[in-house]
Amino acid sequence: MSELSVNHLLGIKYLKASDVDLIFETADHFKEVINRPIKKVPSLRDITIANLFFENSTRTKLSFELAEKRLSADVINFSASQSSVKKGETLIDTVNNILSMKVDMVVMRHPNPGAGVFLSNHINASIVNAGDGAHEHPTQALLDSYSIREKLGEVKGKNVVIVGDILHSRVALSNIYALQLQGANVMVCGPKTLLPKYIDKLGVKVETNLRKALEWCDVANMLRVQNERMDINYFPSTREYSQQFGVNKALLNSLNKEVVIMHPGPINRGVEITSDVADSDQAIILDQVQNGVAVRMAVIYLLASKIKQ
Amino acid sequence: MSHKALLSAKEVNIILHRLACQLIENHHDFKNTVLIGLQPRGTFLAERLAQILEQDYKVKNIKLGFLDITFYRDDFRRGEKILEANTTQINFLVEDKNVVFIDDVLYTGRSIRAALTAIQSFGRPKEIELLTLIDRRFSRHLPIQPNYRGRQVDAINEEKVKVKWIENDGEDAVYLIKN
Repeated sequence: MSELSVNHLLGIKYLKASDVDLIFETADHFKEVINRPIKKVPSLRDITIANLFFENSTRTKLSFELAEKRLSADVINFSASQSSVKKGETLIDTVNNILSMKVDMVVMRHPNPGAGVFLSNHINASIVNAGDGAHEHPTQALLDSYSIREKLGEVKGKNVVIVGDILHSRVALSNIYALQLQGANVMVCGPKTLLPKYIDKLGVKVETNLRKALEWCDVANMLRVQNERMDINYFPSTREYSQQFGVNKALLNSLNKEVVIMHPGPINRGVEITSDVADSDQAIILDQVQNGVAVRMAVIYLLASKIKQ
Repeated sequence: MSHKALLSAKEVNIILHRLACQLIENHHDFKNTVLIGLQPRGTFLAERLAQILEQDYKVKNIKLGFLDITFYRDDFRRGEKILEANTTQINFLVEDKNVVFIDDVLYTGRSIRAALTAIQSFGRPKEIELLTLIDRRFSRHLPIQPNYRGRQVDAINEEKVKVKWIENDGEDAVYLIKN
């Protein structure tokens, strides 16, 4: 086993294919660990990790916290809504104050794209980007690819379509980078208004017809419509969106193959996918959640191994 | 670098049979006993012993597992070497069982300390024993001794004891390597 080529996980853009392989190989071991009667290992008992969430999160925060605790790290949590950020403190001052409490690693979610990169240039701790605005969400992309690898054997050569709100999605960008790094063919599909201009420059296929996209793909990653990020109306109504870009059982059954359905959550049931699809065998949504803990354990473990004593 | 042969293939074979007989004396039909090879190199010894027990001594249904101790080691972030994980395969219960740890070389005892912690993640064994092919005495950092040993070796710290297995290294042999 080698080591990661990076000291921080700021985005998939900064990783090499060998880094992804190493993370997945390590995650395989942790997946075995979290299925034991006692799901905890003592590796990181001398590491302190601060989870800094400047933006709301449920599953990512829980997943990181669980991963950290299963590695026996000490964990402190911070959410912007209850902090001095409201009093006008800068990001660097906030983080430096936390670091002066001898914190070794920072897991940060921030509404501004590039917040993690900015911080990595100013502080010494190892940084894991848990989502920066509409930019990247690297651990989500890693767990998505890991889940595809688990379900289909490998990612290379597979056709993956990312459906929905590409414009506001950090999951989409990180997934595009991660899937391409591993040799998958990537397509984005959604209403024209939610597809960024020049997205094809990233080397992805672009499609606005969901049926055509589903006929092409092995895996469909359904994104949530991020109403909270929309400042204007990008489509006439949720009902119309659902009719054109929602996946239901009848549509899947009409295809001559089985498409793997993924969703990073939280699901708007009946909008992106119907309940009968979300709860079907074709959906690996709960596998993604379980794999998220193993993949995050792997990322934290590998980054922690690079922190000098 | 010089290699001094400590054990030949024939001597390794004799020792393996002696160790197998000692295990039978204490564990009879192995009904409540499980063998756990410690990853990475204890697995070869464990597989070989299980094979001898089954084929030569007709012991049935040997339970053999492999335990990786990487995440339980006490030298994480303390050395230059990256800790490399291996696969753990324990497809049976260890709860209330007699567990025999099997490793090729016992040196400082730290790996066994980690294994004692790691096995608890799978349940509470009734008792745990240790079998090693080579016991490097006078080099222990912890109060750990084997219940079954193939050969005791005196080696100074700069020297390395390397156990080779035909499945992996093309020969059965034990060497003392001096830099």
